[in-house]
Amino acid sequence: MPDSDTIERHTVAVLVDNEPGVLARVIGLFSGRGYNIESLTVAEVDRSNSLSRITIVTSGTPMIIEQIKAQLSRLVPVHKVHDLTDEGPSVEREMALIKVAGKGEARIESLRLADIFRARVVDSTTESFVFEMTGSGEKLNAFISLMVPLGLVEVSRTGTVAIARGSGTF
Amino acid sequence: MSAEPICGADIVIKALVDQGVDVVFGYPGGAVLPIYDSLFKQNALRHILVRQEGGAVHAAEGYARSTGKVGVVLVTSGPGATNAVTGLTDALMDSVPVVCLTGQVPTHLIGNDAFQEADTTGITRPCTKHNYLVKDVNDLARVLHEAFYVAKSGRPGPVVVDLPKDVLFALGNYVGPQQVAHKSYRPQTKPDPARVAEAIEMIAAAKRPLFYGGGGLVNSGLEACARFTEFVRLVDAPCTLTLMGLGALPASDPHFLGMVGMHGMYESNMAMHDCDLMIAVGSRFDDRVTGRLSAFSPGSKKIHIDIDPSSINKNVRVDLPLLGDCNEVMGALLQAWKKAAPHSDTKARHAWWRKIDAWRARNCLRYDGSRRDLIKPQYALERLYALTRERDPFITTEVGQHQMWAAQFFKFDKPYHWMTSGGLGTMGYGLPAAVGVQVAHPDSLVIDIAGEASILMNIQEMSTIAQYRLPVKAFILNNQYMGMVRQWQELLHGGRYSESYTAALPDFVKLADAFGAAGRRVERPDELDDAILQMIEEPRAVILDVVVDQTENCFPMIPAGAAHNEMLLGPADKAQQPVSEEGMVLV
Repeated sequence: MPDSDTIERHTVAVLVDNEPGVLARVIGLFSGRGYNIESLTVAEVDRSNSLSRITIVTSGTPMIIEQIKAQLSRLVPVHKVHDLTDEGPSVEREMALIKVAGKGEARIESLRLADIFRARVVDSTTESFVFEMTGSGEKLNAFISLMVPLGLVEVSRTGTVAIARGSGTF
Repeated sequence: MSAEPICGADIVIKALVDQGVDVVFGYPGGAVLPIYDSLFKQNALRHILVRQEGGAVHAAEGYARSTGKVGVVLVTSGPGATNAVTGLTDALMDSVPVVCLTGQVPTHLIGNDAFQEADTTGITRPCTKHNYLVKDVNDLARVLHEAFYVAKSGRPGPVVVDLPKDVLFALGNYVGPQQVAHKSYRPQTKPDPARVAEAIEMIAAAKRPLFYGGGGLVNSGLEACARFTEFVRLVDAPCTLTLMGLGALPASDPHFLGMVGMHGMYESNMAMHDCDLMIAVGSRFDDRVTGRLSAFSPGSKKIHIDIDPSSINKNVRVDLPLLGDCNEVMGALLQAWKKAAPHSDTKARHAWWRKIDAWRARNCLRYDGSRRDLIKPQYALERLYALTRERDPFITTEVGQHQMWAAQFFKFDKPYHWMTSGGLGTMGYGLPAAVGVQVAHPDSLVIDIAGEASILMNIQEMSTIAQYRLPVKAFILNNQYMGMVRQWQELLHGGRYSESYTAALPDFVKLADAFGAAGRRVERPDELDDAILQMIEEPRAVILDVVVDQTENCFPMIPAGAAHNEMLLGPADKAQQPVSEEGMVLV
């Protein structure tokens, strides 16, 4: 492991028992030890075994990242911890719902840009659109900043989910 | 599964008995009344009634650390649980296996700000290894067995089980410990053989090796300590121990250099600074041990043996991590070493020992004992050790100067005989911890080496001591100051002794008498031996109030923010440069 002070961004997938308090444990670990959370998503992924998957995007020096993984691993309800950034190629996606309000040319321009970005319209009034968009965080950022002058009023984002490429699993 | 459903409270008792529990430290209250009712109707479990819930946890810690078993606590909801929080944090920091049962308001009232309600699982989440809220009586037995498994497996720690009152009344099915296996929690205990081989090579090649053992050895058990001792002797290398590790290697062993760290021995800290290979076993490179990290043991390679992966590379980058239980790892290292029978560089090793002998010759614990009318705290502990060592005493301490002096002047030849609050530094730990130790070892000599300030933090436990006729001996080094606070104020804050002097101290002799114990106050060195002998012979509990030099400071000392080789050996040895601003902010 490189002994450096450079801040790295890592996406970590954590498989946990879907039990009360487990998310509080994970979040409390980050706040209590002063680690960063850039994004965090959680949902049940295995109903029969009652397992949830938490995807955390975090940043820190290599030593801090190693600590984060070790600290997560020793939580009792944690089954597995995988550093998707370290363990070969992975796919990362985020979804956003983006509300743009406006009339006339701005409204048409927002629709045109949405088409270019492959965003879908999931709700529409004569004075607004709600776009649904999936992609990397950067792509969402780019689209959202384009919408600002066109009447952006509200954004809801899921945070990053990620999975390793290939047939392997954990 | 038992044939007949039984009530939750009976399930609790049955689970405790099946887990081999013989004693519970607790305090009743509304939410746990059903458990106290079930306790009343049985004889397998003994309950020790403390005087404050904080005392119950420390007593359970004392019980656990002196036996290697899990300590059990039973307290009520709300204030019962919140009073336990300090003890739980203490047990977490020092990796003490404790199961703490807390009462809770009935499930339908949870979240309603009910009487004596507190969010116990929320409050204790960061200060326990794990915690549970049991909402269904049919989960109760499983959760309790899991709690014991989690508390004692891997790196031990406290586990809270929160028990709503309706669950304790409800009828449910009991399952035994054999029918319960945790879904996922399986700490790695056996080391990687390739790394064991690598460690052997590194140890054999070292010119200036040093063993650095910690509390993990004691937690791992008597066999782990015996194997560690055998290995240190085989390798024939010097060994230092942390505050929590004292006793893991016999202090009488010539390989033992004494404690390491801020108030550790000069030879230990110098050896740590100058070694070329450090073998850390169940120790965690705590800031009290390392001093300034950037100057910590700059020329050494480091092997780190620990069961907790998060302890590896946390503060100090190590060259070879060896993950596993100390006992398993020491067993594997012993076997591999005997098989390989490696040759080491005898000449270099001789030179290393000569260097160590020169450090030892500085006699870093020396103090000015010339005054006949004043008891030096060091002298008091020297005499206490000399007059009690044959009795193989169990020692607990409070926190502060007296604790460091006790660690320096008491020589522990066995593990499980030294109970102190290392990580959290909890004043008030010693007296209730002594209760737990004495309950576990009724015929042994149990001494709480205390300061007059610390002992007042849990002095109410004198009443527990009286109730169970526990012959606990409180040996107070009374300097009327919070000594360590006073010392730091002298060294770092221009001698402005802000709020560190205790006016209106109680008369400890009368206080002892009020609790049915024997009390004596000594002020002159020539009275001390007689008082100690009288204390040992006294069948009741004793408070021996030893009036000591108020101005004595604890040396040697690594000033905050300094390196091991910048140690101060005594009052004349003032730091060459004033403590840096970075050092000032360190605790």
